[in-house]
Amino acid sequence: MQHERLEKNIGLMGLLIVIVISFGGLAEIVPLFYLDDTTEPVDGLKPYTALQLEGRDIYIREGCSTCHSQMIRPLRAETERYGHYSVAGEHVWEHPFLWGSKRTGPDLARVGGRYSDEWHRVHLLNPRDVVAQSNMPAFPWLAEKTLTGELTGDKIAAFKNFFGVPYTDEDIANAKAEVEGKTELDAVVAYLQSLGHAIKDKR
Amino acid sequence: MNENVNEFWDWWIIVLVVINLVGCLALLYWTRKVKAEDENETTGHIYDGIEEYNNPLPHWWLNLFYITLAFSVVYLVLYPGMGTDYKGTLDWSQEKQHEQEVQTAKEKYQPLFDKYAAIPIEQLAQNKDAIGMGKRIFVNTCFGCHGSDGRGNPGYPDLTDNDWLWGGSAEEIKFSIVNGRTGVMPGFGPMLNADQLDGLVQYVGQLSGHKVDANAAETGKQVFDTQCFVCHGNDGKGNKMFGAPNLTDDIWLYSGSSTNIAKTIKEGRTGVMPAHGEILGDAKAHLVAAYVYSLSNQNESDQ
Repeated sequence: MQHERLEKNIGLMGLLIVIVISFGGLAEIVPLFYLDDTTEPVDGLKPYTALQLEGRDIYIREGCSTCHSQMIRPLRAETERYGHYSVAGEHVWEHPFLWGSKRTGPDLARVGGRYSDEWHRVHLLNPRDVVAQSNMPAFPWLAEKTLTGELTGDKIAAFKNFFGVPYTDEDIANAKAEVEGKTELDAVVAYLQSLGHAIKDKR
Repeated sequence: MNENVNEFWDWWIIVLVVINLVGCLALLYWTRKVKAEDENETTGHIYDGIEEYNNPLPHWWLNLFYITLAFSVVYLVLYPGMGTDYKGTLDWSQEKQHEQEVQTAKEKYQPLFDKYAAIPIEQLAQNKDAIGMGKRIFVNTCFGCHGSDGRGNPGYPDLTDNDWLWGGSAEEIKFSIVNGRTGVMPGFGPMLNADQLDGLVQYVGQLSGHKVDANAAETGKQVFDTQCFVCHGNDGKGNKMFGAPNLTDDIWLYSGSSTNIAKTIKEGRTGVMPAHGEILGDAKAHLVAAYVYSLSNQNESDQ
């Protein structure tokens, strides 16, 4: 092929560039869609309850993952502080995943159970009430807004039907009743407390 | 997933990597010389009157490309890049590297942890090095509730004042850290009328020496003696069995304003210290206990 023909035909050049670049993705990404390690849940992984799932959506809405990662890397400095490093099998039901890439605040991958529910409530409404030097914004509106549960069943159904998360029809039917009347604060706290229990760090 | 599928992906990766490397090499080899008949031939590109000679890549540049190819071959021999069966001659994996890192640290620090773990907490609290270690663990783990200085926050006890909900002996402190504590004060709102509630607020204030309405406090005392004494004791000095606070010392977990006392009585309170046994492990819990013990026993140790 003549150099000139390639150079002066932007469509052809674009196509060939895509082919060249795709090699990396084909070798490094595509196989992960089919391997056990990356597609099978770890033992003990539980799907989010209706309330936790709503809390997760609020976590996404408020942009928590901008400052908090949920990905403990296999480095001693991190596993000492946060617990066992994150593995792919813990995240197979996460759509979208919330690994984040920036840690203005601490990693939250295993924050569940580390603080009491009450602590989370106080801390979300005004972080300075418990951590004087915190620069996390306050989220006072979480306590004022109430969940209706209108869409909770549909959300669970979507996770069940499109992503293969093992919810039952009963889960979908009970979803609305489970969250209706709860505040957004309740939901976020429930979500945070659910994080990271599938793998325990035993020492 | 069955073996064949995994084997397919192994070969998929191997073939793609090989095609990639061979392809790069072929491209470099193919373009290393330009078979121009005339040395002054240009590519035909003209930018603002500037023309471009049709020269091959400079040698040093071409050689850099060859070096990257050689690097990748060496890399693929040393590290696992060719499917899951070939582990690389270094037998490296992310997990192993982490285990190695943990192991090295353990060999370095474990003797120290073991040494300190064998020393009773009261004695350890006199050891500046041990206290320093305990403090560093404390500011990393406990700051969220108790503050980085250990002075607590509303709802989370001050650990420096020698006033203890669950007991301040070395064993009790360590037990609190390892197993956690849950202190529940039930809400009495539905059982009390307005006079009784106000009376109780006055009486609880009086116990701590606040200036109060004595008549109302008398009403409050009657309620206290039938309800509150169960946990807080007849004299209001609390009970560490339930983590019930001493109400006579003017030290307040949730602030001692009348409004706040009324809120506590009406709605109740739940104080939770999560268990840290699994998070810290015994040796570190021991050091933290020594640090916490030292906070309220500083004067004794200085003397």
